[in-house]
Amino acid sequence: MADRGAALAVERVTVRFAGAERPALDAVDLDVAPGELVALLGPSGCGKTTLLRVVAGLTEPDAGRVLLDGRDLSGVPAHRRGVGLMFQDYALFPHRDVGGNVEFGLRMAGMAPADRRRRVAEVLDLVGLAGWEDRPVGPLSGGERQRVALARALAPAPRLLLLDEPLGALDRTLRDRLVPELGELFRSVGVTVVHVTHDQSEALALADRVVVLDAGRVVQDGSPAAVWARPASAFVARFLGFANVVEGDDGAALVRPEAVRLLPAVGLGGAEVVAVLFRGDHSVVTVRRDTDGAALEAVVPTGTGPRWRVGDRLDLAVDPAGVVPLG
Amino acid sequence: MVDAVPLTPSSRVAWWRVGLALPPLAFLAVFFAWPVAAIVARGLRPDGQWDLSALGEVVTDPVIRRVAWFTLWQAVLSTVACVVVGLPGAALFARYRFAGKRFLWSALLVPFVLPTVVVGVAMLGVIGPNGVAPVDLSGTIWAILAAHVFFNYAVVVRTVGGLWSTLDPRVEEAARTLGASPWRAFREVTWPLLRPAVAAASSIVFLFTFTSFGVVLILGGIRQRTLEVEIYDQTARFLHLDVAAALALVQLVAVVAVLAWFSRTQQRRAVVLGQRRAVEVQQRPSGWRARTFLAANLVFMAVLLGLPLGVLVARSFSTPQGWGLANYQALDNARRGSTSFVPPLDAVANSLLFAAAATVVAVVLGGCAAWAIAGGRSAPSGRWARWTDTALMVPLGTSAVTVGFGFFVAFDQAPLDLRSSLWLVPLAHAVVAMPFVVRLLVPALRSVDPALREAASVLGASPWRVWHEVDLPVVTRAAAAAAGFAFAVSLGEFGATVFLSRPARPTLPIAIYRALGRPGAANFGQAMALAVVLMALTVVVILGIDRLRPAGASEF
Repeated sequence: MADRGAALAVERVTVRFAGAERPALDAVDLDVAPGELVALLGPSGCGKTTLLRVVAGLTEPDAGRVLLDGRDLSGVPAHRRGVGLMFQDYALFPHRDVGGNVEFGLRMAGMAPADRRRRVAEVLDLVGLAGWEDRPVGPLSGGERQRVALARALAPAPRLLLLDEPLGALDRTLRDRLVPELGELFRSVGVTVVHVTHDQSEALALADRVVVLDAGRVVQDGSPAAVWARPASAFVARFLGFANVVEGDDGAALVRPEAVRLLPAVGLGGAEVVAVLFRGDHSVVTVRRDTDGAALEAVVPTGTGPRWRVGDRLDLAVDPAGVVPLG
Repeated sequence: MVDAVPLTPSSRVAWWRVGLALPPLAFLAVFFAWPVAAIVARGLRPDGQWDLSALGEVVTDPVIRRVAWFTLWQAVLSTVACVVVGLPGAALFARYRFAGKRFLWSALLVPFVLPTVVVGVAMLGVIGPNGVAPVDLSGTIWAILAAHVFFNYAVVVRTVGGLWSTLDPRVEEAARTLGASPWRAFREVTWPLLRPAVAAASSIVFLFTFTSFGVVLILGGIRQRTLEVEIYDQTARFLHLDVAAALALVQLVAVVAVLAWFSRTQQRRAVVLGQRRAVEVQQRPSGWRARTFLAANLVFMAVLLGLPLGVLVARSFSTPQGWGLANYQALDNARRGSTSFVPPLDAVANSLLFAAAATVVAVVLGGCAAWAIAGGRSAPSGRWARWTDTALMVPLGTSAVTVGFGFFVAFDQAPLDLRSSLWLVPLAHAVVAMPFVVRLLVPALRSVDPALREAASVLGASPWRVWHEVDLPVVTRAAAAAAGFAFAVSLGEFGATVFLSRPARPTLPIAIYRALGRPGAANFGQAMALAVVLMALTVVVILGIDRLRPAGASEF
């Protein structure tokens, strides 16, 4: 097993697909330190899967290059790169059992059968499927398939592991349980990980660093906390799930919902409640400002202030500390 | 697949199904089982007593053994050649999008449905005595192989390509990232997953080439003979009916053995695949490798499929006086001084008439059978349906020559003396075509999701209205496609017809074969012209039905 992950450098990689209007990847740069866990975040079609495929050697870039520990991988075919890739929907071999799937890479590497068996058992144990070697993959549940795919990718001990929406096919509850588990696993193995997802909470929870892609370009690169605190653009803010992106005179700004205060109307008031969503410990109250018609969401802890109803008139106050200029 | 929940008492379901299945089963009993039984009787009970000596003599005769051995190995070789040549084509259709793809997919079917006689004639034009190729291969195994590949290429490309296009390409890519070279990834992952389709295609190709008749008759000369040709010669030339019957039995046993082996392997190999819609996995070819692959494949298809047909058309316009329509104009003339001569154009009329009759019989009876099989999938009648299904498929594996020969021996005496009946040929064609009709209709009928019917009835549609709104649109298209297929099968049918057609009422393939058998350039030219007419008729029918087929219902 790799004690330490590899360093990955992606330099000005551009990919154009025949017949597409814009490049799928447009001169993308990315540096990943050994052992780092980077999340590539973006909506579908932003190019994040294409970037993984370029690194794995499955898609040839039209320009730019990929370096692994300083070695240029241009022209190196996928099977000689030693990069692990876990596919969206897992792409398990349907005609092989769990053991057959996991040992595949070891077989390709020419490992002796006895060593293979030991390594397969070790990796299955690591993902919590000890003793599952002889089960067919057909009847496995989503979570079990995900573990088999992970074990298969980890078995040959790649120094770089690429994950394409590894939790995408799973339901919310299972995902929330697996995210910390995965992070712990990768750090214990010491492998460098590039993790593609469109789920911002997954990216923020798992990664050391978040890289946001939009339309084939990197639009933000930073620690989860930094990206959360200071989204680089209205696009990033909306993608991270912030509803209150307002256009002001100095450009767009983000208003954090907990910074929006709702006050009983003085006179006619300046805004109106258009929706109330009760969420248990808090309510999300959507109001429309009379001046510009902008909708803002406010988070109101349960048990504080008046009970707002749709149609109520009110006044708004915004805590300046909760206003983040964008772009 | 959604399992249908049985909502009606099972006994009622089973009875209407039995009622529907009876006419087709009775038809097969009279026009398939009885003729086969007549062959058995003729071969094993020549004088009203069981006598295996004729069979013994046939099996031990060195000439016959050589024929049987040749039949077997040429079929194996043809099958292997078809698979090897067809796999790249299957990959092309499975993995790439390119201009004209849809048309090519349909056009590939043309050689497959072409009458064997036309294929033989077309091949003669390329590798025959005066063919465009520099060598004369007629009378050699190479000519037969080439014709068999030409004929069956589409079976492999369409069957294997159909399955391949639903395989997730990422499974192969996963193997690549785990250290498998492209060839290794194909061998370890894609090939095992394709095996069911390869087995299906191989067994079809094997059956067709094992019972190959028209192609071998025209291209094999006197040296290369299959069992089918031998059966025909023993009957029509040497009048050794007992030998012919024994040969037909040997062949029948071999064919049934192959079918049985095939259905067993298919059951064993049922693997649950992570299937995807073809649209998601196909790309435009990018990069020089993919473009070279595309170009090489298209050139190969053009040469393999286009050249023989192109040469055939060119030959039909070639006369001793240069290019012209003389061959076509001659089709309308009865030659003076020959009483047995029938104007070739009459053969066109005969063929169309027989094909229409055969189509009606095959579609009506095949429709009943398909409905009985697919009408529902509730458990109590499941075995019944499977049984009917199997019984209906046996004629598919039986050679046309056996059917024709069986008609020939069974219907020449009371109670059913059809020797002089015009119905003899269409009935034989219906027996050959009906399994195809059932094969096309059953998947279409099953493709109607029961939830759609339930949704329609919950929305207020009466049972009749449900059938009208939900089932009928699917059934109409499938029935039209099946009718077209039956029509094409009948148009090109040669093996059975050669036994049954009366001298005065030849069908097109028979007229072509007769013209080929007469000496002289004029007759050869006429054969070419007739073959082009037959090809044109078939192509029109086939291109028409490929548009009518419900998408994804069946590969054939």
